[in-house]
Amino acid sequence: MRESISIEERFEAFVAAENRVEPKHWMPDAYRKTLVRQISQHAHSEVVGMLPEANWISRAPSLRSKLILLAKVQDEAGHGLYLYSAAETLGTPREKMIDDLLSGKAKYSSIFNYPTLTWADMGAVGWLVDGAAIANQVMLCRTSYGPYSRAMVRICKEESFHQRQGYEIMMNLSKGTKGQKEMAQDALNRWWWPSVMMFGPSDDNSPNSAQSMRWRIKRKSNDELRQEYIDKTVKQAEYLGLKIPDKDLKWNEETGHYEFGAIDWTEFFDVIAGNGPCNAERIAARQKAHNDGAWVREAASAYAKKQSSRKLKVTQDSAA
Amino acid sequence: MKNDTSKPWPLWEVFVRSKNGLAHKHAGSLHASDQEMALKNARDVYTRRSEGVSIWVVLSSSVIASSPDDKEPLFEPSDDKAYRHPTFYDIPDDVGHM
Repeated sequence: MRESISIEERFEAFVAAENRVEPKHWMPDAYRKTLVRQISQHAHSEVVGMLPEANWISRAPSLRSKLILLAKVQDEAGHGLYLYSAAETLGTPREKMIDDLLSGKAKYSSIFNYPTLTWADMGAVGWLVDGAAIANQVMLCRTSYGPYSRAMVRICKEESFHQRQGYEIMMNLSKGTKGQKEMAQDALNRWWWPSVMMFGPSDDNSPNSAQSMRWRIKRKSNDELRQEYIDKTVKQAEYLGLKIPDKDLKWNEETGHYEFGAIDWTEFFDVIAGNGPCNAERIAARQKAHNDGAWVREAASAYAKKQSSRKLKVTQDSAA
Repeated sequence: MKNDTSKPWPLWEVFVRSKNGLAHKHAGSLHASDQEMALKNARDVYTRRSEGVSIWVVLSSSVIASSPDDKEPLFEPSDDKAYRHPTFYDIPDDVGHM
């Protein structure tokens, strides 16, 4: 038996025993770095994720659906803010993360680089994209880093409405006219594979996964989450009377899971590399919003400065 | 002048009282240029679903926190004082609820 264990070994044992790591705890640099990357990417995804949906706010088919969509997009903004705050507790300033997003250095979920072409896409995005996000986020409620886990609990509570409102849109369209049903099927055809890819590369091609699992940052592997998602979603598509665009999809009695066709990882890596249909458009929209808001930030800072100097003067005057 | 207003906004900690009779509880943090904006942002970010009836915002830099290294000297002395808990004492059932 060795006399002492290293600080790294103590950390590994600490997280392996299901303890939560808090901001002031010692942690390995690589753990901190992994978390900053993952949480800020997650935050960026929430922020960029507002864009494909914002595209339909002004064209929502009813006042009810418009109110719902506005609330959902506002939630995504909120989720981004919870996550940026969680990442900041690791010592990385907010400005640095935003700069990395705007310069194109930081990544975000590649799903948001696909366009939302019809109203049915609002249904498919809520049902499939938020559904996949929820599978991942439910797992992350038990992640080892306290602030990340707390942000996830809050997000999961809010996210379930997102998926249900999406499914409701799909239900209405698939019960509608022939044209509406076709629109729903077309949205499923376009969003199915990108949403299946949201869980990331398969386990044998995901080099950082094993370490993240050891650190209890991730609790399930990409392939495990993907399988759970597909098993759950197939039934939901059947209820809608829509067909999942995978000719190899079939139930396996023995494993109790669906088998599915080969995923086109070339497309996945191509979109990540910046060549998706909307990568440039998304970043340009974020840059424009940031630049157009510059005067607001400056005015608010100038106002705050003026107010505090006024207060200081009042204090000095009354002291004199 | 430009430098003064392009500085990052300070970080604030947000505490929300979920209903009257309960204490304010830490909800998260946010950036804001001043205290009024901090309150407004806290309302938008942390109470979109009737989570609260009252909000506190506190500059994060004003929070003084204990260090994880002080956990033992601060909190371990109470571990061996079981007599501070009611279950330490054996009182016969006949006495009634106490």
